[in-house]
Parts: sequence; structure tokens; C-alpha cells
Amino acid sequence: MKILVCISNVPDTTTKIKFLEGNNKLDTAGIQWVINPWDELSLTRALELKDDASTGVKSVTVAHVGSAASEPTIRKALAIGADDAIRVNMDATDAYNVATQLAEVLKKEQFDIVLCGIESSDYNGSLVGGMLSEMLGMPSVSAVSGINIANGEVVLTREIDGGKEVVTVPSPFVAVVQKGIAKEPRIAAMRGIMMARTKPIKICEPVECENLTEIVTFEKPEPRAKCRFVDAENPKQLVELLMNEAKVI
Amino acid sequence: MSVLVFTENWDGRFKKLTFELVSYAAKTAEMLNTTATAVSIGKVDDAELKKLGSYGAKKIIAIENEKLNILDNQAYSALIADLAKEEGAQVVVLSNNNTGKAIAPRLSVRLKAGIGSGVSRLPLSLEPFTVYKRTYSGNAFAHQVIKTPVKIVTLAQNSFDLTETSDSSVIERRQVTVDGEILKTTVKDVQKQTGKILLTDADVVVSGGRGMKSPDNWAPIVELAQALGAATACSRPVSDEGWRPHEEHTGQTGKIIAPNLYIAVGISGATQHLAGISSSKYIVAINTDKDAPIFEAAQYGIVGDAMKVLPGVIAAVKELRK
Repeated sequence: MKILVCISNVPDTTTKIKFLEGNNKLDTAGIQWVINPWDELSLTRALELKDDASTGVKSVTVAHVGSAASEPTIRKALAIGADDAIRVNMDATDAYNVATQLAEVLKKEQFDIVLCGIESSDYNGSLVGGMLSEMLGMPSVSAVSGINIANGEVVLTREIDGGKEVVTVPSPFVAVVQKGIAKEPRIAAMRGIMMARTKPIKICEPVECENLTEIVTFEKPEPRAKCRFVDAENPKQLVELLMNEAKVI
Repeated sequence: MSVLVFTENWDGRFKKLTFELVSYAAKTAEMLNTTATAVSIGKVDDAELKKLGSYGAKKIIAIENEKLNILDNQAYSALIADLAKEEGAQVVVLSNNNTGKAIAPRLSVRLKAGIGSGVSRLPLSLEPFTVYKRTYSGNAFAHQVIKTPVKIVTLAQNSFDLTETSDSSVIERRQVTVDGEILKTTVKDVQKQTGKILLTDADVVVSGGRGMKSPDNWAPIVELAQALGAATACSRPVSDEGWRPHEEHTGQTGKIIAPNLYIAVGISGATQHLAGISSSKYIVAINTDKDAPIFEAAQYGIVGDAMKVLPGVIAAVKELRK
């Protein structure tokens, strides 16, 4: 069994987001780029499955749509333990275009399980995994918080409003993965970092595809009113404010 | 011409988020000089369907088919795409919840329609069609142009006010055939939480962080939530430690919520936590550290030890809300 993990390259989650003049482009000065948190959890779970010989998972490949600038992020995924990587050489700006590129990758090489994080922490789209599955006519399961393989059958847990469902779909399929899939992201060990240097990254040129959407401006959220402090000895005042001023209780 | 809105039901009932969606679709339709058509899949009675009309849906297409009793992403998106074509939908509206996220991207491919996801305002302009959406995990919002003839919008929960109308609506019950071939999902087991207010539905949320010091100290958090009819939540370290179930984790990688009131107790307010709660209408912080970043996000705050402050807050809630 072969697993493909799609990874996105995003600013570290503690980054103070700023935009260049004109507010249509991220100011990348000083930003540290990381593997999108949900993709990192997907990769971790894929590697756990590979480590367990009973699952029959033989390889874990990562795929990424991005320019050469994102290679350190791919190397990090290889250092964590992915066997090889595929990079489509294109800046990722539109989900449909990214999904189209990943679909091309999957037309050339077969994988049994495709894992995509539920969203990227930059565009927060929650789109690529679902689009990819539809383009390939594959089943998809969304909000997946668990994946297990027993006797060759892949069993998924998906979150529904107010609960969970345990589901199966025939392979190949796309699982759109969220929190819970793995406990902590796996960290690269020194040996992994050394080995990653020689692991193969296959570079593909993008296919022709138009962007369906375009971000024209970014804006920062409106600043909130300053905090009004209530004396710890007078909690009743807080409740009164919430009832009479904010009118939220 | 129309705006099509997918209205999910839970055991035959709609939720507030459904009515937000319909209100949003009706207002968008008004901007486009057209009307909103709601699509309901599953067993829902006429009285419940009529409610969609009272929030502005002119036509309500109701579909019941036992093959659609479980959510199969492919089957649902195929059906909604066909209806969007039949109804000449210019805009298709879904929730940004788990179901919407499962269906919308597949629908996008079927209709070759660009998506604005996590939208929290009416379209900023119609030509070009521009939506206002969350980006950088709430640290910024984008004006995004959707360039395709058909547009898909997924609406963020609790971001749009309900608008009621007394206009008439019609219910159309339709039969559909579902090709068994397309159904790929088998549900083996369902585990449902019962008797608890769901975090994503709650108007008020009481949340505890590492500052609570021990899972044994959670009683006042739960008691305050009960007194307020609120849901309980927690920060990431708390769920990572197993003090609380991971379903309660709010924050960037956990649940993104937008209640009317979020009470953060013993939560310092790391960027990742704020990313999950920054759309709350009001934030209250209770924390021993007056310099904690949570106070920059909060409108009301108490500097103090939660275990000492909470009993007084609970007593005041019980007294004043009698």
C-alpha cells in the first residue's frame, strides 16, 4: 500500500502577519516557513502506519505545489521520514489550480491513500482535498480524525456535528484530515535530517490551468475595544456588565 | 436565475446556522434581483421546511431518498450540482461546517465554480463578484474575486444576522433516483454525544486553560457553563494532556468558533488559541497574569486566581439571572 501526503508551506503559526504596501501581498520578510500543521499531522500518521508492518503500508510520498523557495519545507518532510517527494513547480494561489496540479501527479502515479490537511493556515480554504478527489472521481471522506488499517481494510473516523462516525470507502480515496489523526507531530531526528539530503525530490512542471479566484486585497481585523478590568473582589459587576452592557447573557 | 442554498438537517430539524445560511442566500439573491431556493435532503416535515421560507427562501426543494441517509460526499455533490444547473443557480451557498467543507469543493469541480470559503459578509461587489473571507487563521481577511459564472460561498457560522420575512414560499417535494454505483461510503458505527450543548452551536462558551492547574479543578468551569447554558471548551495543552477530550479544543488546529460570548479562564491567549476564538463577539478573560495576551483580545477582564474568582461569578450568575 502506498500513501501520498499533500503538504502546503505556510508561515509559522506564531507569525505576526503583515502585508506589503497595497495590501495585496504578504510581507514575507523574517517569516519562518513550516509544514501546514494538519499536513504535518497527516504525515505523522502515515509514517506511524508505515512503521507498523501489519498495515502493509510500504511507502509514504509527499507532494507539494510551490516554487523552489519551498524546498526546505519538503526537506523537512523527508527528514521526518517521508521516502520521497514530488514538487510541482508553481506558486500556489488558487485552490482549484493546486488541485488540478495534484490530480496530474496522481494520474501518473498510483497511490492507495491520499491524505490532505483539512485546511491550510494561510488561505483557510478547506478545498484542495475535496476538489482533487472529484477531479479523479475518487471517494473522499472529510473531517477525518482517525485512520487505521486492519486485515488490509482501511477504517476512518470522521467527525460529524456532535459525534463521530466510523466509515470505510474503497481505495484509492482521499481523506481530508483534521486534529486527532495523530497526537503530536513527529520531529525530525539528526539521522533523518542527514538522510533527507539524499532522498529524491521529483520536480514536475505545472499543466495549464486558470485560477478561478483571486485575492485582490487583504485587511487586518478591526482592533477590539480595550479590555475593561473588573476587580477580582467584585465578580458581580462582571456579570452585570455582560447582562446589561454587552447583553450576551 | 437563482441563489441555491443547501440546508442540512439534524434528525429532521434545522439549526440556527441553517437560518443564517438562508438569510444570507436571500439577501444575496436580493442583490442579484433574483430569489433564493433552498435544498433539503432527508426526512423533514412541512412545518420545519416552512421555517426556511420565513427566513427568505422562496422555493424549498425537499428530497427524501433512503440512499441519502448517510453523507456520501460524491452522491451529495452530484445531486446538488444537478439541482444548481436545473435551477440556473448563479450562487450556491453552503455552511463552512464539516458537511459544507465535504461537499463544496466537489461541487466546485462539477460546476467549474470558484469558491469563497469561510465568508462572513455579503458580497462586497457583484461585478466583479467579491467576497470577504477569513485568511491567515483570523489574522487577516481577504477580498477575494470569484471569476467564474457560477460562484460558491461557504458561510462562517454566527457571522450573519437572521432576517425574517412574512413573504410566501412553496415547498416542492421531489423524487430523485440515486445511482447505487456512486455510493461509496459505508458507516460502520456512530458515536453521538447526547445531552450536551455542542461547542459549535453554543452562544456562550466557558473555556479553561493550563492555568486551571489540574483536571481536578474543572468543576467550577462546568458549573459556570451549566448556569449560563453554555458549552465547555479548553485550550490545546489541556486536551494534549488529556485533561479534557480533544473535541473541546478550541484554537487554530482545533475548533474554530464564533460564539456571542467566550469566557477564557486560565488561558494566556497564544496566537494559535486566539485564531480559534477571535471571531467571538465578546471575550472575557480571567487570568492571574495581567500582562497575558488574552487581555488584549478581551473586552472584559478580571486579574485573579480562577479558583477564587469563579465561585463568585457563578453565585452572581445564579442570583442575577433568576
